[in-house]
Amino acid sequence: MVNRELVVVGGGPAGMAAAISARENGVKDILLIERDQYLGGLLNQCIHTGFGIEYFKEILTGPEYADRFIRKMTAMSDIEISLRSFVVNLKRDRTLTYLSPGGLCELRPRALIMATGCRERTREMINVPGSRPAGIFTAGLAQKLINIEGLLPGLEVVIIGSGDIGLIMARRFTLEGARVKAIIEIKNCASGLPRNMVQCVEDFDIPIHFKHKVLKISGKSRVESIAVAKVDENNIVIPATAFTVTCDTVLLSVGLILENELIEMAGADIDKITNSPVSTDLNNTSIPGLFVCGNAFKVYDYVDSVTADSELSGKMAAEYLRKCR
Amino acid sequence: MNNYDVCIMGGGVIGTAIARELSRYKINTVLLEKEIELSFGVSKSNSGIIHPGTQNSPVSLKGKLCVQGNILTRKLSRELSIDFKEVGELIVAFNEDEVVKLLQIKKDAEKLGVPGLKMVTIAWLRKHEPNLSRSAIGALYSPTAAVISPYRWVYNLAENALANGVRIFTEAKVESIRARNPYEIHITTSRGIFNSRFAINACGLYADDVSNMVGINDFRICPRKGEEYLLDKKRENMTKHLIFPLPSKVSKGILVTRTSDGNPMIGPTSEEVIDKEDLSTTAAGLNKVLENARRLIPSIKEGDIIAYFAGLRPTAGDDFIIRHEDRVPGFINVAGIQSPGLTAAPAIALMVTDILRREGLNLEKKRVFHKYRKKEYHLFADKKLREAKRLIKRDPEYGDIVCRCEMVSAKEVREAIKRGARTLDGIKFRTRAQAGRCHGSFCTTRLMKILSEEMKIPLVDVSKRGNGSEIVVKDRSHG
Ligand SMILES: Cc1cc2nc3c(=O)[nH]c(=O)nc-3n(C[C@H](O)[C@H](O)[C@H](O)COP(=O)(O)OP(=O)(O)OC[C@H]3O[C@@H](n4cnc5c(N)ncnc54)[C@H](O)[C@@H]3O)c2cc1C
Ligand SMILES: Cc1cc2nc3c(=O)[nH]c(=O)nc-3n(C[C@H](O)[C@H](O)[C@H](O)COP(=O)(O)OP(=O)(O)OC[C@H]3O[C@@H](n4cnc5c(N)ncnc54)[C@H](O)[C@@H]3O)c2cc1C
Repeated sequence: MVNRELVVVGGGPAGMAAAISARENGVKDILLIERDQYLGGLLNQCIHTGFGIEYFKEILTGPEYADRFIRKMTAMSDIEISLRSFVVNLKRDRTLTYLSPGGLCELRPRALIMATGCRERTREMINVPGSRPAGIFTAGLAQKLINIEGLLPGLEVVIIGSGDIGLIMARRFTLEGARVKAIIEIKNCASGLPRNMVQCVEDFDIPIHFKHKVLKISGKSRVESIAVAKVDENNIVIPATAFTVTCDTVLLSVGLILENELIEMAGADIDKITNSPVSTDLNNTSIPGLFVCGNAFKVYDYVDSVTADSELSGKMAAEYLRKCR
Repeated sequence: MNNYDVCIMGGGVIGTAIARELSRYKINTVLLEKEIELSFGVSKSNSGIIHPGTQNSPVSLKGKLCVQGNILTRKLSRELSIDFKEVGELIVAFNEDEVVKLLQIKKDAEKLGVPGLKMVTIAWLRKHEPNLSRSAIGALYSPTAAVISPYRWVYNLAENALANGVRIFTEAKVESIRARNPYEIHITTSRGIFNSRFAINACGLYADDVSNMVGINDFRICPRKGEEYLLDKKRENMTKHLIFPLPSKVSKGILVTRTSDGNPMIGPTSEEVIDKEDLSTTAAGLNKVLENARRLIPSIKEGDIIAYFAGLRPTAGDDFIIRHEDRVPGFINVAGIQSPGLTAAPAIALMVTDILRREGLNLEKKRVFHKYRKKEYHLFADKKLREAKRLIKRDPEYGDIVCRCEMVSAKEVREAIKRGARTLDGIKFRTRAQAGRCHGSFCTTRLMKILSEEMKIPLVDVSKRGNGSEIVVKDRSHG
């Protein structure tokens, strides 16, 4: 088995910032493992602007923001990058197993930073009654279909929930010539940032229904309509307020959940509801030498905060390695 | 050449079990299914339990076939390499009245020949099922209850039938049937005309419509909906056995089972509906399932739910209808196959074979019959890394992970397509890709590309489960 000083899992903004910061804090032997064929993580599908205002004092798109870190990191010596490499197993002693073209490898680094990001909550997690036809997507999947694959999922869209990705996709679908007929939100305000409410919803006159709840999705093969009603302050449906919106597509934007199955597999303590690591310290886990950063640690609203958090974790890993010596 | 000895209509567990059984003999058999893939009817959405045979009237056909089916399925599952997990079941009593009823259930079941039944005490329950409600006062234990993956079961039966020479046509909807002479049946489908000496109607929810096509209309299929809710694998060890309440008049009640992949599952409801395509889940159904499941296991939380679906039981009265229609010589109805149809399937296949023989079909065994089906690989299912290593060395495509949650490789997806998957649902049922935590948010695009490549169809034609369920409406990737 090969040993390493530090392995970073995930080549999104978090993993890159962590690796760069660890290097700058004196760690010499770093391997960054990313399952995709590109670095950048989710930023690659975020082609809208609004990234980097805090960190670079500039307004960048997602790929532009990522690119700055890709350039910096690839120019550094002592950071090896392994793309198309998928970590499939992690043990308590930090032994990790990953698949890369050509085989299954095992490694045991002295310190490990997990920067595996987050995933979206799905329809299944919030129980939306009705049928299960084609045409139901998480907002992020729709984002990937349109922005990466050039595929348009549908023409008449209803969005359940008002998270940032949902709001951004309301605008994106509109720009692609589809019609966003409604955004349904059970709370009395949007979950997403005020900035996105203005730029993605209000500027495009997209109807948003607060204090409304989805009663049912209908459609046999493909989504045909969605039934909605108003709710009172206890989120109980108010009788005789139901209405139906015909549509061929339903997007869900009902929150993100941390992608921490690997550290859970290793036996680190995990909060059952948020999936976040439980420890006394920021970015730390209950396993010594195992750190977590970026959206795998906490769902941040701005990627700038992801970067700041991850730089800290790189520094912490460097300190840990120094102490071990 | 569309002349056959036997034409099986319907590609659910009943149709494919019959096909597999008949594939032993030197006859020409064809199976016709209206959907784009097999097992897209009732057989895809049920509880997946191979019942021991309890909870049936001792004089019912379904009771008898269930007990036989349980024995046959265990043998067949080895031949066809499918996971058959014998977990045992407990029917739980909450008061003395119910204990009395349990004793009657035990008696009835013993009459049917259900083996190994025994009453267990509170102390036994506390020890073996610590999460069971403290109000339970006893239970009937039945060791032969098992779980199986219902759709994979259908696929394996079909695959083996195919290997033994049965022809299978999907997207072949039976539209009309003409029986001009005895044992000369013309079946018109969306894929042409099939002539056959015998026709077997195993059309599930539509068995009445198909029977009507030959003028037999003395039964009607009434769909009875069952909603099922899957729980997170983190609750895998919630119960050791399947847990049932006492049965009601129409169903076995809302129970706690588990899928063959290890997720606990609660349900099903039992609600008569009108629409044979109404597979919607409801808020009322969810509440009912939660309430009843918590009576058995109080610690179940709504937040444990990770997926849900509904199925329709094709009921025609209380029992199965399996008979040769003497008015239409050669036509056999296998209708009203409600629960425990999944369990009874191989026994039904034997019964139908007997009917065919009685009606004059010469059934001579083939010299070579491929009894065994080779198991497909599922790379990380058992987390045996050494085995994975070996496979990847042999074929690097095993190392190309498509579905991150269930760890399904590109190779397994392509294999599934070779074995008959045509849609995203078909891939999900076969490989579990999209069935994990993210429900396909990660792998959908990749799966679409693989389907498009393997089937040589444009991306806009890739569907969830056939015509009308395409995933995207426009492809702008070529400028
Ligand atoms: C679908 C979706 C859409 C989003 N859209 C926006 C948006 O429009 N605007 C916005 O500001 N924020 C958006 N976000 C939030 C976004 O996640 C963060 O802004 C930022 O990308 C987080 O950075 P990260 O590095 O922590 O995670 P990510 O960018 O997700 O990076 C994690 C990386 O880890 C890799 N990885 C994960 N597991 C493994 C493994 N086992 N082995 C190897 N590699 C692995 C992944 O491939 C990925 O590259 C979105 C989030 C999601 C889930
Ligand atoms: C909620 C629920 C839970 C259940 N739990 C269990 C259980 O735990 N254990 C158990 O043993 N049983 C259980 N059952 C019962 C079991 O699922 C059924 O008995 C069994 O699946 C019926 O199989 P089938 O082949 O008759 O029907 P299907 O699977 O519906 O097959 C019939 C096929 O015929 C096709 N078809 C229809 N019309 C035509 C036409 N005109 N031309 C061509 N093809 C046509 C359909 O598309 C379909 O594929 C349950 C059922 C439900 C609904």
